[in-house]
Amino acid sequence: MKKILIIGLTLALALGTLTACGGKTGPPSTGLTGKVVVAGSTSVQPLSEELAAAFMAANTGVTVEVQGGGSGVGIKAAQEKIADFGASSRELKPEEKALISNEYVIAKDGVAVILDPANSVTDLTLDQIKQIFTGKITNWKEVGGADATIVVVSREEGSGTRGAFVEITKVSEKDAAGKAIDNTTKNALVQPSTGAVKQTVASTPNTIGYVSIGALDKTVKAIKVSGIDATEANVLSGTYKISRPFLYLSNGTLSPAAQAYLDFVLSVEGQTIVAKDFIPVK
Amino acid sequence: MKVYEKIIEKLIIVCAIVSTISVVLITIFIFKSGLPILLKYGVIDFIFGSTWSPTNGHYGILPLIAGTLSVTLGALIIGVPMGIASAIILSEILPVRIARIFKSAIELLAGIPSVVYGFFGLIVLVPAIRTLILPIVQLVDPKATTTGFSLFAGAVILAIMILPTIVSISENAIKAVPREFREASLALGANKMETIVRVIIPAAKSGIIASIILGMGRAIGETMAVILITGNMPKVPGGVLDSVATLTGTIAMEMGYADPTHQQALFAVGIILFLIIMVLNAIAQLSAHGFRRND
Repeated sequence: MKKILIIGLTLALALGTLTACGGKTGPPSTGLTGKVVVAGSTSVQPLSEELAAAFMAANTGVTVEVQGGGSGVGIKAAQEKIADFGASSRELKPEEKALISNEYVIAKDGVAVILDPANSVTDLTLDQIKQIFTGKITNWKEVGGADATIVVVSREEGSGTRGAFVEITKVSEKDAAGKAIDNTTKNALVQPSTGAVKQTVASTPNTIGYVSIGALDKTVKAIKVSGIDATEANVLSGTYKISRPFLYLSNGTLSPAAQAYLDFVLSVEGQTIVAKDFIPVK
Repeated sequence: MKVYEKIIEKLIIVCAIVSTISVVLITIFIFKSGLPILLKYGVIDFIFGSTWSPTNGHYGILPLIAGTLSVTLGALIIGVPMGIASAIILSEILPVRIARIFKSAIELLAGIPSVVYGFFGLIVLVPAIRTLILPIVQLVDPKATTTGFSLFAGAVILAIMILPTIVSISENAIKAVPREFREASLALGANKMETIVRVIIPAAKSGIIASIILGMGRAIGETMAVILITGNMPKVPGGVLDSVATLTGTIAMEMGYADPTHQQALFAVGIILFLIIMVLNAIAQLSAHGFRRND
Protein backbone atom coordinates (compact mmCIF):
# COMPACT_ATOMS: atom_id res chain seq x y z
CA MET A 1 0.00 0.00 0.00
CA LYS A 2 2.77 2.40 1.03
CA LYS A 3 4.77 1.50 -2.06
CA ILE A 4 1.86 2.25 -4.33
CA LEU A 5 1.41 5.59 -2.59
CA ILE A 6 5.07 6.46 -3.00
CA ILE A 7 5.09 5.50 -6.66
CA GLY A 8 1.92 7.50 -7.19
CA LEU A 9 3.35 10.57 -5.49
CA THR A 10 6.61 10.33 -7.43
CA LEU A 11 4.68 10.10 -10.68
CA ALA A 12 2.56 13.09 -9.74
CA LEU A 13 5.65 15.14 -8.92
CA ALA A 14 7.41 14.06 -12.11
CA LEU A 15 4.37 15.02 -14.17
CA GLY A 16 4.24 18.33 -12.34
CA THR A 17 7.83 19.13 -13.36
CA LEU A 18 7.10 18.11 -16.93
CA THR A 19 4.15 20.46 -17.20
CA ALA A 20 6.15 23.26 -15.58
CA CYS A 21 8.83 22.83 -18.23
CA GLY A 22 6.32 22.41 -21.03
CA GLY A 23 6.07 26.13 -21.72
CA LYS A 24 9.79 26.51 -22.21
CA THR A 25 10.57 23.69 -24.63
CA GLY A 26 10.07 25.38 -28.01
CA PRO A 27 12.61 27.86 -29.35
CA PRO A 28 12.07 31.38 -27.93
CA SER A 29 9.90 33.16 -30.47
CA THR A 30 11.19 36.65 -29.74
CA GLY A 31 14.71 35.77 -28.73
CA LEU A 32 14.02 37.32 -25.32
CA THR A 33 14.94 35.20 -22.31
CA GLY A 34 14.83 35.67 -18.56
CA LYS A 35 12.54 35.73 -15.57
CA VAL A 36 10.22 38.47 -14.36
CA VAL A 37 8.86 38.42 -10.81
CA VAL A 38 5.71 40.33 -9.91
CA ALA A 39 4.77 40.33 -6.22
CA GLY A 40 2.26 42.14 -4.05
CA SER A 41 -1.40 43.12 -3.83
CA THR A 42 -3.87 40.26 -3.89
CA SER A 43 -6.32 42.54 -5.73
CA VAL A 44 -3.84 42.93 -8.59
CA GLN A 45 -2.74 39.28 -8.52
CA PRO A 46 -5.51 37.72 -10.68
CA LEU A 47 -4.99 40.43 -13.31
CA SER A 48 -1.18 39.98 -13.24
CA GLU A 49 -1.65 36.24 -13.69
CA GLU A 50 -3.76 36.70 -16.81
CA LEU A 51 -1.35 39.25 -18.23
CA ALA A 52 1.61 37.00 -17.46
CA ALA A 53 0.00 34.01 -19.15
CA ALA A 54 -0.68 35.99 -22.33
CA PHE A 55 2.83 37.49 -22.30
CA MET A 56 4.48 34.11 -21.82
CA ALA A 57 2.46 32.63 -24.69
CA ALA A 58 3.99 35.23 -27.02
CA ASN A 59 7.48 35.19 -25.45
CA THR A 60 8.24 31.57 -24.72
CA GLY A 61 11.75 32.36 -23.50
CA VAL A 62 10.52 34.46 -20.58
CA THR A 63 8.98 33.20 -17.35
CA VAL A 64 6.75 35.62 -15.44
CA GLU A 65 6.22 34.61 -11.85
CA VAL A 66 3.25 36.18 -10.05
CA GLN A 67 3.18 36.15 -6.26
CA GLY A 68 0.65 37.56 -3.77
CA GLY A 69 1.27 38.86 -0.27
CA GLY A 70 -0.50 42.21 -0.22
CA SER A 71 0.31 45.78 -1.22
CA GLY A 72 2.71 46.17 1.72
CA VAL A 73 4.65 43.14 0.56
CA GLY A 74 4.66 44.46 -3.02
CA ILE A 75 6.12 47.81 -2.02
CA LYS A 76 8.79 46.13 0.09
CA ALA A 77 9.60 43.66 -2.69
CA ALA A 78 10.16 46.51 -5.15
CA GLN A 79 12.26 48.52 -2.68
CA GLU A 80 14.48 45.59 -1.86
CA LYS A 81 14.59 44.44 -5.50
CA ILE A 82 13.23 41.02 -4.51
CA ALA A 83 10.78 41.38 -7.37
CA ASP A 84 11.07 43.19 -10.71
CA PHE A 85 7.66 44.71 -10.08
CA GLY A 86 5.91 45.25 -6.79
CA ALA A 87 2.13 45.42 -7.19
CA SER A 88 0.05 47.80 -5.10
CA SER A 89 -3.68 48.44 -5.13
CA ARG A 90 -3.34 51.74 -3.30
CA GLU A 91 -1.41 54.99 -3.69
CA LEU A 92 1.93 54.97 -1.87
CA LYS A 93 2.50 56.91 1.32
CA PRO A 94 5.30 59.50 1.19
CA GLU A 95 7.65 57.38 3.35
CA GLU A 96 7.07 54.37 1.10
CA LYS A 97 8.16 56.23 -2.03
CA ALA A 98 11.75 56.33 -0.71
CA LEU A 99 13.34 53.59 -2.82
CA ILE A 100 10.75 53.41 -5.57
CA SER A 101 12.07 54.93 -8.80
CA ASN A 102 9.05 54.30 -11.01
CA GLU A 103 5.30 53.91 -10.55
CA TYR A 104 3.24 52.60 -13.47
CA VAL A 105 -0.55 52.74 -13.36
CA ILE A 106 -1.56 49.54 -15.18
CA ALA A 107 -5.32 49.61 -14.54
CA LYS A 108 -8.06 51.23 -12.53
CA ASP A 109 -10.68 49.60 -10.36
CA GLY A 110 -13.98 50.91 -9.10
CA VAL A 111 -15.20 50.16 -5.59
CA ALA A 112 -18.92 49.35 -5.38
CA VAL A 113 -21.00 49.90 -2.25
CA ILE A 114 -23.04 46.77 -1.59
CA LEU A 115 -26.11 45.89 0.50
CA ASP A 116 -27.84 42.62 1.22
CA PRO A 117 -30.37 41.97 -1.58
CA ALA A 118 -33.39 42.33 0.71
CA ASN A 119 -32.59 45.96 1.53
CA SER A 120 -34.94 48.46 -0.14
CA VAL A 121 -32.38 51.29 -0.37
CA THR A 122 -31.03 51.71 -3.92
CA ASP A 123 -29.21 55.01 -3.95
CA LEU A 124 -26.98 56.86 -1.49
CA THR A 125 -25.01 60.08 -1.85
CA LEU A 126 -21.27 60.15 -1.11
CA ASP A 127 -22.08 62.15 2.00
CA GLN A 128 -24.65 59.62 3.24
CA ILE A 129 -22.10 56.85 2.69
CA LYS A 130 -19.59 58.85 4.69
CA GLN A 131 -22.09 59.41 7.54
CA ILE A 132 -22.90 55.69 7.60
CA PHE A 133 -19.29 54.51 7.63
CA THR A 134 -18.28 57.05 10.28
CA GLY A 135 -21.18 55.92 12.47
CA LYS A 136 -23.20 59.19 12.37
CA ILE A 137 -26.13 57.54 10.58
CA THR A 138 -26.97 54.28 12.34
CA ASN A 139 -30.49 53.44 11.17
CA TRP A 140 -31.64 52.60 7.65
CA LYS A 141 -34.79 54.76 8.09
CA GLU A 142 -32.56 57.87 8.10
CA VAL A 143 -31.67 57.19 4.46
CA GLY A 144 -35.09 56.04 3.29
CA GLY A 145 -34.97 52.38 4.27
CA ALA A 146 -36.66 50.22 6.90
CA ASP A 147 -36.38 50.88 10.64
CA ALA A 148 -33.33 48.72 11.34
CA THR A 149 -29.84 49.25 12.70
CA ILE A 150 -27.18 49.57 10.00
CA VAL A 151 -24.41 46.97 10.21
CA VAL A 152 -21.23 48.36 8.67
CA VAL A 153 -18.83 45.82 7.15
CA SER A 154 -15.33 47.10 6.50
CA ARG A 155 -11.97 45.71 5.34
CA GLU A 156 -8.96 45.28 7.61
CA GLU A 157 -6.57 48.14 8.42
CA GLY A 158 -4.06 48.65 5.60
CA SER A 159 -6.21 47.06 2.88
CA GLY A 160 -5.86 48.79 -0.49
CA THR A 161 -9.62 48.65 -1.08
CA ARG A 162 -10.25 50.24 2.31
CA GLY A 163 -7.59 52.89 1.71
CA ALA A 164 -9.17 53.90 -1.59
CA PHE A 165 -12.74 53.74 -0.25
CA VAL A 166 -12.21 55.87 2.87
CA GLU A 167 -10.19 58.45 0.96
CA ILE A 168 -12.74 58.97 -1.81
CA THR A 169 -15.81 58.92 0.44
CA LYS A 170 -14.01 61.29 2.88
CA VAL A 171 -14.49 58.78 5.71
CA SER A 172 -10.82 59.55 6.08
CA GLU A 173 -10.11 63.25 6.51
CA LYS A 174 -7.01 65.30 7.17
CA ASP A 175 -6.71 66.62 10.69
CA ALA A 176 -5.27 70.03 11.66
CA ALA A 177 -1.72 68.71 11.23
CA GLY A 178 -2.46 67.54 7.68
CA LYS A 179 -2.41 63.85 8.59
CA ALA A 180 -5.17 61.69 7.12
CA ILE A 181 -7.34 60.12 9.82
CA ASP A 182 -9.51 57.11 9.00
CA ASN A 183 -12.77 57.67 10.86
CA THR A 184 -14.41 54.33 10.09
CA THR A 185 -16.80 53.55 12.93
CA LYS A 186 -15.49 51.29 15.68
CA ASN A 187 -18.73 49.34 15.42
CA ALA A 188 -17.84 47.96 12.00
CA LEU A 189 -17.42 44.25 11.40
CA VAL A 190 -14.03 43.67 9.79
CA GLN A 191 -13.53 41.04 7.09
CA PRO A 192 -10.12 40.23 5.66
CA SER A 193 -10.93 39.76 1.97
CA THR A 194 -13.24 40.80 -0.85
CA GLY A 195 -14.91 37.38 -0.76
CA ALA A 196 -15.47 37.53 2.99
CA VAL A 197 -17.07 40.99 2.76
CA LYS A 198 -19.37 39.79 -0.01
CA GLN A 199 -20.32 36.63 1.88
CA THR A 200 -21.02 38.59 5.07
CA VAL A 201 -23.13 41.22 3.32
CA ALA A 202 -25.03 38.60 1.30
CA SER A 203 -25.95 36.54 4.36
CA THR A 204 -26.49 39.17 7.06
CA PRO A 205 -29.55 41.45 7.04
CA ASN A 206 -29.10 45.25 7.14
CA THR A 207 -25.41 45.23 6.24
CA ILE A 208 -23.48 47.64 4.05
CA GLY A 209 -20.00 46.95 2.68
CA TYR A 210 -17.73 47.66 -0.27
CA VAL A 211 -15.94 45.47 -2.83
CA SER A 212 -14.15 45.87 -6.15
CA ILE A 213 -16.55 46.32 -9.08
CA GLY A 214 -14.85 43.37 -10.78
CA ALA A 215 -15.99 41.13 -7.92
CA LEU A 216 -19.71 42.01 -8.03
CA ASP A 217 -22.25 39.22 -8.52
CA LYS A 218 -25.93 38.52 -7.87
CA THR A 219 -25.54 37.56 -4.20
CA VAL A 220 -25.28 41.22 -3.23
CA LYS A 221 -26.87 44.46 -4.38
CA ALA A 222 -24.62 47.26 -5.63
CA ILE A 223 -26.24 50.63 -5.03
CA LYS A 224 -26.04 53.80 -7.09
CA VAL A 225 -23.79 56.47 -5.68
CA SER A 226 -25.44 59.89 -6.09
CA GLY A 227 -27.59 58.39 -8.85
CA ILE A 228 -24.69 56.83 -10.78
CA ASP A 229 -24.55 53.04 -11.28
CA ALA A 230 -21.37 51.26 -10.20
CA THR A 231 -20.22 50.14 -13.65
CA GLU A 232 -16.84 50.11 -15.34
CA ALA A 233 -18.06 52.50 -18.03
CA ASN A 234 -19.02 55.03 -15.37
CA VAL A 235 -15.64 54.68 -13.64
CA LEU A 236 -13.86 55.27 -16.93
CA SER A 237 -15.94 58.32 -17.78
CA GLY A 238 -15.26 59.63 -14.29
CA THR A 239 -18.93 59.94 -13.27
CA TYR A 240 -18.67 57.10 -10.72
CA LYS A 241 -16.42 58.56 -8.07
CA ILE A 242 -15.15 55.62 -6.01
CA SER A 243 -12.13 54.21 -7.89
CA ARG A 244 -8.45 53.39 -7.28
CA PRO A 245 -5.31 52.69 -9.30
CA PHE A 246 -3.49 49.37 -9.70
CA LEU A 247 0.24 50.11 -9.62
CA TYR A 248 3.39 48.31 -10.69
CA LEU A 249 6.40 49.66 -8.79
CA SER A 250 10.04 49.25 -9.63
CA ASN A 251 13.41 50.28 -8.30
CA GLY A 252 16.25 51.05 -10.71
CA THR A 253 16.60 49.99 -14.34
CA LEU A 254 14.38 47.22 -15.64
CA SER A 255 15.84 44.07 -17.16
CA PRO A 256 15.04 43.66 -20.90
CA ALA A 257 12.51 40.95 -20.04
CA ALA A 258 10.84 43.13 -17.39
CA GLN A 259 10.73 46.09 -19.79
CA ALA A 260 9.15 43.90 -22.46
CA TYR A 261 6.53 42.67 -19.96
CA LEU A 262 5.72 46.23 -18.91
CA ASP A 263 5.42 47.33 -22.55
CA PHE A 264 3.06 44.42 -23.14
CA VAL A 265 0.91 45.29 -20.12
CA LEU A 266 0.52 48.87 -21.30
CA SER A 267 -0.01 47.87 -24.96
CA VAL A 268 -3.41 47.65 -26.63
CA GLU A 269 -3.29 43.87 -26.28
CA GLY A 270 -2.47 44.01 -22.56
CA GLN A 271 -5.09 46.64 -21.86
CA THR A 272 -7.69 44.48 -23.63
CA ILE A 273 -6.99 41.82 -20.98
CA VAL A 274 -7.31 44.48 -18.27
CA ALA A 275 -10.66 45.48 -19.70
CA LYS A 276 -12.16 42.04 -19.03
CA ASP A 277 -12.53 42.66 -15.29
CA PHE A 278 -11.04 46.06 -14.60
CA ILE A 279 -10.72 49.43 -16.21
CA PRO A 280 -7.92 50.01 -18.76
CA VAL A 281 -5.80 53.13 -18.49
CA LYS A 282 -5.20 53.67 -22.21
CA MET B 1 29.50 1.02 21.34
CA LYS B 2 28.87 0.34 17.70
CA VAL B 3 29.68 3.01 15.12
CA TYR B 4 26.13 3.47 13.91
CA GLU B 5 24.95 4.02 17.46
CA LYS B 6 27.44 6.85 17.79
CA ILE B 7 26.25 8.35 14.51
CA ILE B 8 22.65 8.18 15.63
CA GLU B 9 23.57 9.74 18.94
CA LYS B 10 25.28 12.65 17.16
CA LEU B 11 22.28 13.03 14.84
CA ILE B 12 19.94 13.26 17.79
CA ILE B 13 22.13 15.90 19.41
CA VAL B 14 22.15 17.91 16.19
CA CYS B 15 18.34 17.71 16.00
CA ALA B 16 18.01 18.90 19.58
CA ILE B 17 20.39 21.79 18.97
CA VAL B 18 18.65 22.85 15.75
CA SER B 19 15.23 22.90 17.37
CA THR B 20 16.49 24.86 20.35
CA ILE B 21 18.29 27.35 18.12
CA SER B 22 15.15 27.81 16.00
CA VAL B 23 13.12 28.70 19.07
CA VAL B 24 15.78 31.17 20.21
CA LEU B 25 16.12 32.73 16.74
CA ILE B 26 12.38 33.13 16.31
CA THR B 27 12.14 34.74 19.73
CA ILE B 28 15.01 37.12 18.97
CA PHE B 29 13.48 37.98 15.59
CA ILE B 30 10.05 38.75 17.02
CA PHE B 31 11.49 40.89 19.79
CA LYS B 32 13.90 42.68 17.47
CA SER B 33 11.11 43.53 15.02
CA GLY B 34 8.54 44.55 17.60
CA LEU B 35 10.46 46.14 20.47
CA PRO B 36 11.34 49.49 18.79
CA ILE B 37 7.71 50.52 18.34
CA LEU B 38 6.77 49.11 21.74
CA LEU B 39 9.37 51.35 23.41
CA LYS B 40 8.63 54.36 21.19
CA TYR B 41 4.86 54.17 21.67
CA GLY B 42 5.13 53.25 25.35
CA VAL B 43 4.51 49.80 26.77
CA ILE B 44 1.64 50.99 29.00
CA ASP B 45 -0.04 52.92 26.16
CA PHE B 46 0.37 49.93 23.89
CA ILE B 47 -1.10 47.37 26.26
CA PHE B 48 -3.81 49.51 27.87
CA GLY B 49 -4.69 51.79 24.96
CA SER B 50 -8.29 51.25 23.95
CA THR B 51 -7.99 52.21 20.25
CA TRP B 52 -6.46 49.90 17.67
CA SER B 53 -6.26 51.93 14.48
CA PRO B 54 -2.81 51.58 12.90
CA THR B 55 -3.59 53.77 9.87
CA ASN B 56 -4.28 56.61 12.30
CA GLY B 57 -1.24 55.84 14.43
CA HIS B 58 -3.19 54.42 17.39
CA TYR B 59 -1.72 51.16 18.59
CA GLY B 60 -3.72 50.34 21.74
CA ILE B 61 -4.23 46.60 21.93
CA LEU B 62 -6.47 46.37 24.98
CA PRO B 63 -9.48 45.45 22.77
CA LEU B 64 -7.45 42.68 21.14
CA ILE B 65 -6.23 41.31 24.47
CA ALA B 66 -9.80 41.43 25.78
CA GLY B 67 -10.97 39.65 22.62
CA THR B 68 -8.41 36.85 22.87
CA LEU B 69 -8.91 36.31 26.60
CA SER B 70 -12.72 36.39 26.43
CA VAL B 71 -12.93 33.98 23.51
CA THR B 72 -10.46 31.62 25.19
CA LEU B 73 -12.25 31.81 28.53
CA GLY B 74 -15.56 31.14 26.79
CA ALA B 75 -14.08 28.14 25.00
CA LEU B 76 -12.76 26.77 28.30
CA ILE B 77 -16.08 27.30 30.10
CA ILE B 78 -17.87 25.32 27.40
CA GLY B 79 -15.12 22.87 26.48
CA VAL B 80 -13.57 21.83 29.79
CA PRO B 81 -16.65 20.34 31.49
CA MET B 82 -17.63 18.65 28.23
CA GLY B 83 -14.13 17.31 27.71
CA ILE B 84 -13.63 15.97 31.21
CA ALA B 85 -17.11 14.44 31.24
CA SER B 86 -16.35 12.71 27.94
CA ALA B 87 -13.02 11.45 29.27
CA ILE B 88 -14.71 9.98 32.35
CA ILE B 89 -17.49 8.35 30.42
CA LEU B 90 -15.03 6.88 27.90
CA SER B 91 -12.66 5.43 30.45
CA GLU B 92 -14.89 4.56 33.40
CA ILE B 93 -18.47 4.04 32.36
CA LEU B 94 -18.91 2.86 28.77
CA PRO B 95 -18.03 -0.72 27.77
CA VAL B 96 -14.64 -0.75 26.02
CA ARG B 97 -15.98 -1.64 22.57
CA ILE B 98 -18.47 1.23 22.45
CA ALA B 99 -15.98 3.62 24.04
CA ARG B 100 -13.55 2.90 21.22
CA ILE B 101 -16.07 4.11 18.63
CA PHE B 102 -16.74 7.33 20.55
CA LYS B 103 -13.06 7.88 21.11
CA SER B 104 -12.09 7.59 17.48
CA ALA B 105 -14.94 9.96 16.59
CA ILE B 106 -13.60 12.55 19.03
CA GLU B 107 -10.05 12.08 17.81
CA LEU B 108 -11.26 12.61 14.28
CA LEU B 109 -12.15 16.15 15.34
CA ALA B 110 -8.45 16.87 15.79
CA GLY B 111 -7.76 16.06 12.15
CA ILE B 112 -10.19 18.62 10.70
CA PRO B 113 -8.37 21.76 9.47
CA SER B 114 -9.24 24.88 11.43
CA VAL B 115 -10.47 26.74 8.36
CA VAL B 116 -13.15 24.06 7.99
CA TYR B 117 -14.31 24.71 11.55
CA GLY B 118 -14.37 28.39 10.72
CA PHE B 119 -16.38 27.82 7.57
CA PHE B 120 -18.83 25.59 9.46
CA GLY B 121 -19.18 28.33 12.06
CA LEU B 122 -19.71 30.96 9.37
CA ILE B 123 -22.38 29.02 7.50
CA VAL B 124 -24.19 27.31 10.40
CA LEU B 125 -23.41 28.90 13.75
CA VAL B 126 -23.36 32.61 12.86
CA PRO B 127 -26.84 32.60 11.21
CA ALA B 128 -28.16 30.33 14.01
CA ILE B 129 -27.06 32.81 16.66
CA ARG B 130 -28.83 35.60 14.77
CA THR B 131 -32.06 33.75 14.10
CA LEU B 132 -32.39 31.33 17.05
CA ILE B 133 -30.43 32.64 20.01
CA LEU B 134 -30.99 36.38 19.57
CA PRO B 135 -34.83 36.12 19.92
CA ILE B 136 -34.35 34.25 23.23
CA VAL B 137 -31.95 36.91 24.51
CA GLN B 138 -34.38 39.61 23.37
CA LEU B 139 -37.06 38.21 25.71
CA VAL B 140 -34.85 39.37 28.57
CA ASP B 141 -33.26 42.42 26.97
CA PRO B 142 -35.44 43.77 24.12
CA LYS B 143 -32.65 46.11 22.96
CA ALA B 144 -30.17 43.28 22.35
CA THR B 145 -28.87 43.02 18.82
CA THR B 146 -26.24 40.91 17.08
CA THR B 147 -25.14 39.98 13.60
CA GLY B 148 -24.14 36.52 14.79
CA PHE B 149 -20.44 37.33 14.32
CA SER B 150 -19.63 37.18 18.00
CA LEU B 151 -17.54 36.16 20.96
CA PHE B 152 -20.08 33.40 21.56
CA ALA B 153 -19.63 31.93 18.07
CA GLY B 154 -15.86 31.96 18.54
CA ALA B 155 -16.10 30.34 21.97
CA VAL B 156 -18.37 27.53 20.75
CA ILE B 157 -16.18 26.66 17.76
CA LEU B 158 -12.98 26.84 19.82
CA ALA B 159 -14.59 24.65 22.48
CA ILE B 160 -15.19 21.97 19.85
CA MET B 161 -11.66 22.40 18.55
CA ILE B 162 -10.01 21.90 21.95
CA LEU B 163 -12.20 18.89 22.82
CA PRO B 164 -9.89 16.23 21.32
CA THR B 165 -6.90 17.59 23.26
CA ILE B 166 -8.76 17.68 26.56
CA VAL B 167 -10.49 14.34 26.09
CA SER B 168 -7.51 12.28 25.01
CA ILE B 169 -5.03 13.62 27.57
CA SER B 170 -7.55 13.52 30.45
CA GLU B 171 -8.56 10.02 29.44
CA ASN B 172 -4.95 8.85 29.53
CA ALA B 173 -4.51 10.42 32.95
CA ILE B 174 -7.66 8.72 34.26
CA LYS B 175 -6.62 5.39 32.79
CA ALA B 176 -3.23 5.73 34.49
CA VAL B 177 -4.86 5.79 37.94
CA PRO B 178 -3.89 2.45 39.51
CA ARG B 179 -6.59 -0.22 39.64
CA GLU B 180 -6.02 -0.60 43.38
CA PHE B 181 -7.42 2.89 43.98
CA ARG B 182 -10.74 1.90 42.42
CA GLU B 183 -10.84 -1.44 44.16
CA ALA B 184 -10.00 0.07 47.57
CA SER B 185 -12.65 2.74 47.15
CA LEU B 186 -15.32 0.24 46.11
CA ALA B 187 -14.29 -2.11 48.91
CA LEU B 188 -14.80 0.68 51.43
CA GLY B 189 -18.40 0.91 50.29
CA ALA B 190 -18.24 3.89 47.91
CA ASN B 191 -20.44 3.59 44.82
CA LYS B 192 -19.16 4.19 41.27
CA MET B 193 -19.97 7.92 41.14
CA GLU B 194 -18.35 8.52 44.51
CA THR B 195 -15.27 6.61 43.37
CA ILE B 196 -14.99 8.73 40.22
CA VAL B 197 -15.54 12.09 41.89
CA ARG B 198 -13.64 11.52 45.14
CA VAL B 199 -10.87 9.15 44.12
CA ILE B 200 -10.16 8.96 40.40
CA ILE B 201 -10.45 12.63 39.42
CA PRO B 202 -8.26 13.84 42.32
CA ALA B 203 -5.70 11.16 41.45
CA ALA B 204 -5.67 12.19 37.79
CA LYS B 205 -5.69 15.92 38.58
CA SER B 206 -2.30 16.86 37.17
CA GLY B 207 -3.01 15.12 33.86
CA ILE B 208 -6.39 16.81 33.60
CA ILE B 209 -4.83 20.19 34.33
CA ALA B 210 -2.18 19.53 31.68
CA SER B 211 -4.96 18.79 29.17
CA ILE B 212 -6.65 22.09 30.02
CA ILE B 213 -3.36 23.99 29.60
CA LEU B 214 -2.77 22.46 26.18
CA GLY B 215 -6.37 23.14 25.15
CA MET B 216 -6.02 26.73 26.30
CA GLY B 217 -2.83 27.07 24.27
CA ARG B 218 -4.64 25.90 21.17
CA ALA B 219 -7.55 28.27 21.81
CA ILE B 220 -5.30 31.31 22.27
CA GLY B 221 -3.25 30.51 19.19
CA GLU B 222 -6.14 29.63 16.89
CA THR B 223 -6.41 32.12 14.06
CA MET B 224 -8.25 31.09 10.93
CA ALA B 225 -11.50 29.84 12.46
CA VAL B 226 -11.68 32.89 14.69
CA ILE B 227 -11.17 35.37 11.84
CA LEU B 228 -14.13 33.90 10.00
CA ILE B 229 -16.67 34.02 12.82
CA THR B 230 -15.91 36.68 15.44
CA GLY B 231 -16.43 39.73 13.21
CA ASN B 232 -12.96 41.14 14.02
CA MET B 233 -14.25 44.36 15.61
CA PRO B 234 -11.40 45.84 17.66
CA LYS B 235 -13.56 46.88 20.60
CA VAL B 236 -13.74 45.62 24.18
CA PRO B 237 -16.86 43.38 24.15
CA GLY B 238 -19.81 44.34 26.36
CA GLY B 239 -21.51 40.93 26.15
CA VAL B 240 -21.15 37.47 24.67
CA LEU B 241 -23.10 38.42 21.55
CA ASP B 242 -20.73 41.30 20.74
CA SER B 243 -18.17 41.01 17.98
CA VAL B 244 -14.50 40.82 19.01
CA ALA B 245 -11.06 40.87 17.39
CA THR B 246 -8.25 38.67 18.66
CA LEU B 247 -4.47 39.15 18.76
CA THR B 248 -3.73 36.31 16.34
CA GLY B 249 -6.58 37.23 13.99
CA THR B 250 -5.44 40.85 13.76
CA ILE B 251 -1.85 39.83 12.94
CA ALA B 252 -3.00 37.43 10.24
CA MET B 253 -5.49 39.83 8.65
CA GLU B 254 -3.36 42.95 8.60
CA MET B 255 0.17 41.66 7.92
CA GLY B 256 -0.27 41.45 4.14
CA TYR B 257 -1.15 45.06 3.53
CA ALA B 258 0.67 46.67 6.43
CA ASP B 259 3.04 49.60 5.92
CA PRO B 260 6.41 49.44 7.77
CA THR B 261 5.31 50.96 11.11
CA HIS B 262 2.10 48.96 11.08
CA GLN B 263 4.15 45.80 10.50
CA GLN B 264 6.34 46.59 13.50
CA ALA B 265 3.20 47.09 15.57
CA LEU B 266 1.95 43.66 14.50
CA PHE B 267 5.24 42.15 15.63
CA ALA B 268 4.78 43.97 18.94
CA VAL B 269 1.34 42.32 19.15
CA GLY B 270 3.23 39.06 18.64
CA ILE B 271 5.48 39.89 21.59
CA ILE B 272 2.47 40.48 23.84
CA LEU B 273 0.88 37.22 22.64
CA PHE B 274 4.17 35.45 23.39
CA LEU B 275 4.23 36.91 26.92
CA ILE B 276 0.56 36.11 27.58
CA ILE B 277 1.09 32.48 26.65
CA MET B 278 4.25 32.26 28.77
CA VAL B 279 2.52 33.80 31.80
CA LEU B 280 -0.55 31.55 31.44
CA ASN B 281 1.64 28.47 31.08
CA ALA B 282 3.66 29.47 34.14
CA ILE B 283 0.50 30.02 36.20
CA ALA B 284 -0.96 26.73 35.02
CA GLN B 285 2.22 24.82 35.73
CA LEU B 286 2.59 26.36 39.18
CA SER B 287 -0.98 25.43 40.04
CA ALA B 288 -0.39 21.91 38.78
CA HIS B 289 2.63 21.65 41.08
CA GLY B 290 0.52 23.02 43.93
CA PHE B 291 -2.07 20.31 43.41
CA ARG B 292 0.58 17.65 43.29
CA ARG B 293 2.01 18.81 46.60
CA ASN B 294 -1.43 18.58 48.22
CA ASP B 295 -1.83 14.97 47.17
